[in-house]
Amino acid sequence: MPKVNQPSVTIDHDKCIAAKGCRTCIDVCPTDILALDEEGKVHMAYDQCWYCLPCQHDCPTKAITVAIPYLLR
Amino acid sequence: MSAITTAIRQMETDVLVIGGGTAGPLAAIKAKEKAPGTRVLLLDKANVKRAGAIAEGMDSVNNAVIPGYATPEQYVKEITIANDGIVNQKAIMAYATRSYDMIRELDSWGVKFEKDETGAYAVKKVHHMGAYVLPMPEGHAIKKFIYKQIRRLGIAVSNRLIATRLLVAPDGRIAGTMALDSRSGEFVVIRAKAVILCTGSAGRLGLPASGYLFGTYENPCNAGDGYSMAYHAGAELSGLECFQINPLIKDYNGPACAYVTGPFGGFTVNAKGERFIKSDYWSGQMMLEFWRELESGNGPVFLKLDHLADETVTRIENILHVTERPTRGLFHEGRHTDYRSDLVEMHISEIGLCGGHSASGVWVDENARTTVPGLYAAGDLCNVAHNYMMGAMVFGMIAGQDAVDYAAGLDLPEFDAGQVEREHARVLAPLERAEGLDPTDVEYKLRRMVNDYLQPPKVTRKMEIGLDRFAEIREDLKRVKAGNPHELMRALEIHAIVDCAELAARASLFRTESRWGLYHYRSDFEERNDAEWFCFVEVRKGPDGKPEIFKRPVDPYIVPVGDDERDAYNQLRIETAAE
Repeated sequence: MPKVNQPSVTIDHDKCIAAKGCRTCIDVCPTDILALDEEGKVHMAYDQCWYCLPCQHDCPTKAITVAIPYLLR
Repeated sequence: MSAITTAIRQMETDVLVIGGGTAGPLAAIKAKEKAPGTRVLLLDKANVKRAGAIAEGMDSVNNAVIPGYATPEQYVKEITIANDGIVNQKAIMAYATRSYDMIRELDSWGVKFEKDETGAYAVKKVHHMGAYVLPMPEGHAIKKFIYKQIRRLGIAVSNRLIATRLLVAPDGRIAGTMALDSRSGEFVVIRAKAVILCTGSAGRLGLPASGYLFGTYENPCNAGDGYSMAYHAGAELSGLECFQINPLIKDYNGPACAYVTGPFGGFTVNAKGERFIKSDYWSGQMMLEFWRELESGNGPVFLKLDHLADETVTRIENILHVTERPTRGLFHEGRHTDYRSDLVEMHISEIGLCGGHSASGVWVDENARTTVPGLYAAGDLCNVAHNYMMGAMVFGMIAGQDAVDYAAGLDLPEFDAGQVEREHARVLAPLERAEGLDPTDVEYKLRRMVNDYLQPPKVTRKMEIGLDRFAEIREDLKRVKAGNPHELMRALEIHAIVDCAELAARASLFRTESRWGLYHYRSDFEERNDAEWFCFVEVRKGPDGKPEIFKRPVDPYIVPVGDDERDAYNQLRIETAAE
């Protein structure tokens, strides 16, 4: 699974409950850029973020932070 | 072939709705409500819960036709004038007469609209002539209320399916669609009696000035798939020379948003802090004045809120930083911009195609029917001028209700298996190449060329060169490599983008006049020419597989427009500001 260097969407793995089966952020992302890595942790797989926020708003443990992508910051 | 690419999944339904944003859910809901026994399937390339332009809600209804504030006739007249006369008034009237009932129904579902102390809808004036803006300060949850209705009715939903080409029966009627599962890479054939396309705008056409491919005004999932699919199925497309160009927050590329701030006292100014346009309502004519100001010594252009009371600004922030594009606040924070003390720098967006904001898209009549039997279009994809979110919902409803009648008693149409074989090969080819071009590079180059050759002012020779470049990129698409199903989805979207770019260029070249302000401003044909061009410019796929361009007359008006009113939108400039 590809990974973005310096991702604008970051996940606090201490809060993330993907290991318990949660897939909320992966499900709601319109551009489908969040994925599980080999260790079962969520990461930003593609630099295709619309900075729209469903992932951050729907995350049950508030583990996600969306930043404005660098090019337009 | 690898195992991932050989599987073909088969599905069937009666009414297939493609696109789960705004129009699509309403089409599915209204089809199911009207005929509960009808099988309805709602597809989206993302997830219906958070799909489309209103993934994070909407901050206002831009075109509410509320008794006591406006009549349907007044609305039809205003939209006719705002579009330099080239509209299908019957379609706009179909929206206008259903606008109020749709708002009341959404209200009954829990969607919040602003009301005054008597409980009446608090309509504001933003348009040049009438009052049609209904604020939604708590409009962030609209998708959730709509999704509840989808669940209540038990409508079948299939997420992460990207429709690529429609299935057409030998007699020309619609027979379903073909799609790709962007997670598994499965190729899917869905047979249907009627298909309602609700795939939104072509929002990934021009390249944002930031250079970030996904930094678009529209939801970047809306790559123009529907225009491409409708075109290849034989449907007539309309007004593709009437581009969507928006006045946006510079770099952020989201709405400022004048519809929200205007009623609170915000407005657009030039670098001298002076107003230069009478109305901030988005029209081609307003955009032309905006562009002239940027090009003059008076630029850049700003949104001005720093004269407002602190509590007013807080109210504005509590809407703008929560709804529709809630990262606006984060962006301003990064730039150290505070509405209380700073002007907000604005710019002109890259081009797109969007019936919701301008007047272009798949041609539909007042029943949302395209020119292909059994194929409907609704929302930003169809050409019902300035239809916005509420128009998408109403036209979704109209399409859903008409489609169940069309499908009743019809057998699933047969189709030629060759269509499926050809599409299967086209769709999966990038996955099977050992090496090839990166889809991101090809998309970047194509969209940069769109900026270079199609961004108004339009110039004949530049658009001709653009067509050459687009044709070369079409050839490059035969060499694109995708490493997985996600990249394959992005690669397929480029096919739709190049179709939209080519058709937009051809329609623009065909109309040898200027119209709709900046949307179709041709510097080598600067004047409006009603004698020759008071008509729609239409395009469809000809028998030779090439685009066929022709004129469609504007139907006689059902709401007359007086000679003294028809140019009202061409008088938006405050003359003193230009001195």
